[in-house]
Amino acid sequence: MPGAAGGINAIWGISTEVIGIWLAALLTLAIYSFLYGDNPVYKVAEHVFVGVSAAYGAALTYHLAIIPKLYNPLFRPDLVPDADEPQYILIIPGLLGLLIFSRFIPRYDWLSRWPIAFIMGLYAGLSIPRVIQTNILKQMQATIAPLLPVDAGGEYLLFSGFENLLLVVGVVCTLAYFYFSLPHRGVMGGMSRVGIWFLMIGFGAGFGNTVMARISLLIGRIQFMLYDWLPTIGIHLGSGPGVG
Amino acid sequence: MRLQIPIAIGFVAGMFMFVQFFIPHQMIKASFEDALDWAIIIGAFALVLGLGSLFRTHIDKIRHRREGFSYSFVTLISFAVMFFFGIFYKTAPHTTFDWLFMNVQVPLEATMFSLLAFFIASAAYRTFRARSVEATLLLSVAIIVMLGRVPISDKIPYLNLHEITEWLMMVPTVAAKRGILLGVALGAVATSLRIILGLERSHLGGGGGG
Repeated sequence: MPGAAGGINAIWGISTEVIGIWLAALLTLAIYSFLYGDNPVYKVAEHVFVGVSAAYGAALTYHLAIIPKLYNPLFRPDLVPDADEPQYILIIPGLLGLLIFSRFIPRYDWLSRWPIAFIMGLYAGLSIPRVIQTNILKQMQATIAPLLPVDAGGEYLLFSGFENLLLVVGVVCTLAYFYFSLPHRGVMGGMSRVGIWFLMIGFGAGFGNTVMARISLLIGRIQFMLYDWLPTIGIHLGSGPGVG
Repeated sequence: MRLQIPIAIGFVAGMFMFVQFFIPHQMIKASFEDALDWAIIIGAFALVLGLGSLFRTHIDKIRHRREGFSYSFVTLISFAVMFFFGIFYKTAPHTTFDWLFMNVQVPLEATMFSLLAFFIASAAYRTFRARSVEATLLLSVAIIVMLGRVPISDKIPYLNLHEITEWLMMVPTVAAKRGILLGVALGAVATSLRIILGLERSHLGGGGGG
């Protein structure tokens, strides 16, 4: 946690670090008050979260996108490395960006399609080779593994072979479940049934992981309250991990 | 023309990004990076549009004194304070903006997500009943993975839940996820092609004049 807020170390004799801990603790308790039921304290914290998160995104976009990628190259080229004069070509994305606001003028709202079309086309074109390379070819390559692998000493790795077989069966059956051009009867029905079993295992594992991630966040908040906040009111429970 | 021009823009932008992948020339690489910067610039304007929508919602709520309108003041004031320090006092470490981020946003975000631990558990209790083979599989794998991720599982005799969890994550889960991923990837490629060729036009919806 930063010890100072904008160079100010204390307000009315209380260090900004302690004020920060109290602020975080009160907001944490306000959010947990929802466990008792929806209440005004929770609602205030929730609305603070919305406002602060939106402003955080806006401020970062201003400093990381608008200023270095548009304003400086156009109006302050002296601040841009390897640029002597304004880059007037950037007027095009600037204008395209402004066209988004035509949504507010019903007569010209069709102009807002231009920037949307540009962004959609750009990312569509970008995704085709990348998706084919990473999500199709690489995944297929990883699935096509030897069913009877041998280690350096010439010994057969039977369990690894079984795992590789299971991987192939799982991928093919999962794909069969999502293949709707054939009726799921007979062999296809059996394959899609096995596909569902694999999907259930995957979803179960995903659910278990999600729960544990949330629990670990909960532990983090409890540790913060016990080892960061309680010492500020004179209660010391030993040296905790000091999670902020 | 109101539809043809955006379709043409999408086609040119999409084809350029597709073709540049196969031409590793310095000039094409520079144009590719410029195009990505253009997308970031346009995206920044879109963010302003989103913020406008947020303000409009809350200002309308206040103006018409709708239920809970006082909370809209909280959102607008929180936004104004964070934005003011972010714009005028920079976003570097040890600034007021950073202090607000660390002491307001981070704890709120972490607590909000940790709150889901309670609801996810109660939802699971109500939903996961072993009524079929599929539900039993889902339930047992979820329990094994949850137990396998905590140190107490090491105390269970004759059952190495940690290793079972790792195996479940590395083999059957990978198989299922790979199947889903392949399907999603093929769908993404098909949709991308439809967008570039102007067959998919739903993103151009809205705005009159067809």
